[in-house]
Amino acid sequence: MSDRTAMTDLLRLARQGAVFLLLAALAALFAWAEPAFLSVPNLMSVLLAVAVVAILGTGVTLSVAVGGFDLSVGAIAASAVMAASYAMVVWKFGAVETVAFVLALGLAAGLLNALMIVRLGVPDLLATLAMNFLLSGLQLIPTAGRSIAPGVVLPDGSRAAGRFDPDFLLIGRARLFDTVPLPVLLMAFVALAAWVLTERTRFGRLLFATGGNEEAARLAGAPTARLRVLAYALSGLLAALGGLVVAARIGRGDVSSGASLLLDAVAASLIGYAVLNARRPNVLGTLVGAVFVGVLLNGLTMLNVPYYTQDFVKGAVLVGALAMTYGLGRRAG
Amino acid sequence: MVTIIAPPATPGLVAEGIAKSFGGTRALAGVSLAVRPGEIVGLMGANGAGKSTLVNILGGALRPDAGRLWLDGRPYAPASPRAAIAAGVVTLHQSTERIGIPGLSVADALVLDRFADGRSGFFVSRAAVRRQALAVQARAGFDLPLEADFASLGTAGRQLVGIARALSASPRLLMLDEPTASLSAAEAERLFAILEELAGRGLAILYISHRTGDLERLAHRVEVLRGGVVAASLPRPVDFGVALSAMIGRDLARGQGAARARPEGPPVLALRGLRLRPGLPPLELEVRAGEVVAITGPLGAGKSRLLRALFGADSVAGGVAGGEILLDGAPWRPRGPAEAIARGVHLAAEDRRRSSLMPPGWPGSGIAATIALPHLGRWFPGGLLRAGTERRAAEHAIRALSIRAAGPFAGLETLSGGNQQKVVLARWLAETPRLLLLDEPFQGVDVGARAEIIATLRARTDIAVLVATSDPAEALDVADRSLVLDEAGLRPLAPAALPDE
Repeated sequence: MSDRTAMTDLLRLARQGAVFLLLAALAALFAWAEPAFLSVPNLMSVLLAVAVVAILGTGVTLSVAVGGFDLSVGAIAASAVMAASYAMVVWKFGAVETVAFVLALGLAAGLLNALMIVRLGVPDLLATLAMNFLLSGLQLIPTAGRSIAPGVVLPDGSRAAGRFDPDFLLIGRARLFDTVPLPVLLMAFVALAAWVLTERTRFGRLLFATGGNEEAARLAGAPTARLRVLAYALSGLLAALGGLVVAARIGRGDVSSGASLLLDAVAASLIGYAVLNARRPNVLGTLVGAVFVGVLLNGLTMLNVPYYTQDFVKGAVLVGALAMTYGLGRRAG
Repeated sequence: MVTIIAPPATPGLVAEGIAKSFGGTRALAGVSLAVRPGEIVGLMGANGAGKSTLVNILGGALRPDAGRLWLDGRPYAPASPRAAIAAGVVTLHQSTERIGIPGLSVADALVLDRFADGRSGFFVSRAAVRRQALAVQARAGFDLPLEADFASLGTAGRQLVGIARALSASPRLLMLDEPTASLSAAEAERLFAILEELAGRGLAILYISHRTGDLERLAHRVEVLRGGVVAASLPRPVDFGVALSAMIGRDLARGQGAARARPEGPPVLALRGLRLRPGLPPLELEVRAGEVVAITGPLGAGKSRLLRALFGADSVAGGVAGGEILLDGAPWRPRGPAEAIARGVHLAAEDRRRSSLMPPGWPGSGIAATIALPHLGRWFPGGLLRAGTERRAAEHAIRALSIRAAGPFAGLETLSGGNQQKVVLARWLAETPRLLLLDEPFQGVDVGARAEIIATLRARTDIAVLVATSDPAEALDVADRSLVLDEAGLRPLAPAALPDE
């Protein structure tokens, strides 16, 4: 009997720590195969590669916490890349104006999502999927489908005279102590702030209450409509921040820059369900989920696994994490 | 109880010594019952008497711990609801939403089970569906609008669809669970006529209801369940005074024995000619601090609507059609739950799982967080949660209400129904209310926990308590004054008004 209890305890522990154990095992494997894997520059490049996905995934996680799902973060981020580039290259905005403009756009997109969902009653997935479609198309219109770089030819035939503000590029390229990239710091700050908000404040409790049982939250006096608006507004804002980081890193407005961001962010958020066997949206899990995928891709690339297998690998991780969360977790839990 | 019983040669359904326990709670303690072809048997019982457990066992949803069942002289042990239907035992549940699908036609709803079990081919044509639906309908002798959208049917129409579908399976026993709960008098009468005709054709019918009127009209015999056994079996003409006494376990009049002197002081809550809907009679009511008032009456009479209106749970327009509500002498028109809670009007709404609790494992699904939810703003004005504050409130509630739980952070799903209900009550007592509104507070609560909840409520002399319950026995147990709310308005629930011995 006690043996069985000990066994179940061990199983439970294994399930809770499964993602961490796998992460450690992967790191050990990659370090054995390629010692450079564990070098600080390489680890920083892993984190830099996942920073944007983690920031977007945090927004998705907030939307799932209120019982919705934000599928527009990819297009919002991509639009943010184009908007930032357009603002600087065509309108000659400086770094500060550009950041303010793009964040305002992200916020507006999030509020538009919320308007459709909360006011018009469109189901979350449909509203945000439609918004994803809308913004994916809208971002192409100002430049007639061209990528934006200094000197780009505009639809009216003139040449854009502006350029990327060097201060703006620092967002993507500056490093703290010449080691930690600014996007990684931004990711850490976003994750920490969102974690405190969701897990340690009464607003977080009410966000989850809205997502868990909206009627119960409402009858407990929670302003559930406003909480849902807040979650989508934050998600839009974070997606725009992610877009700013992408624009500052690549230094041009690339029309294809947001292509895989949505699925990666959603995957990070969903892999997060398996972290500590939470089986619910959680910010820490989202961060770990993003890093997990980053480590895996980085290590496989080092081992010369071809780049075209990346999406397959990500999908396999997601399928495994969800199976673990729902299938095994439920049976043993 | 280890006697071997020879299979009875009687046709119809025979149950012998059916027992069923859930954990430590004994829901059925040896029920014996027979329903013969052509017979309509009424089944009465207070909440927790074991009615739904019995129906679930007969319908194949639960397996009995002990006892045996026979159908038409053959042993009957359904492994699933499907097996029960195949054997000829069909249940028509109270909720009619699951009978059909909005957007599909009534004809589709009539033959829905054939789509699922492979009796219709892979391709379905409208003509074939219509032909089958007509056959189903002819068999039942109904005349339903086959082309109409299922969603356009009222409850009565949906029930007929359910009955027609049930009859197409040539059942031996039809069980109906509170079928008239949301029917108008005329619709109910139509249903009764149909049931009588079906009984005349040799169907055995088990009719579960609290409503003495329905049973008086319909039942050839009434079986009263109490505490998991048949407390009385009454042939026609049924004496409902005896039936109600058997259901409650004592004379109705004795429920009032616990009544106290009415407290002094101005009313906390006063209704002055309040109309919940245009055309309904105006309501007059006063509730003072230290007083527990219960409102009973049939489902759909407006008990919940009244409580929700007092709490501002729905939009103001949906709550009140006229008249006035006074709270401590001042007009009271809450714009929403937040305003009501701020003024000390607390509502523990009916169906706690839907109205009060978080899903298992979700943040806020523990005892401490469940209690804290409406009070977060008051307890944590800075925004940051402090586990200590929540823990102390939970520990206090666990002591004060004798909640049996592993600890202050235990998940609600690990608690029994009675203890869950105590946590919901603790939520609304954590900050002292002025007016406490409880809607069906004893749903799924065992007798012991119910007594503890009642003792807690009656011990509070500082708050006015208004309880809504569809069970008159509960009303008499909990309240200083009990009222009936129905189409005629609010009037006292006087034992004398009930059928007399």
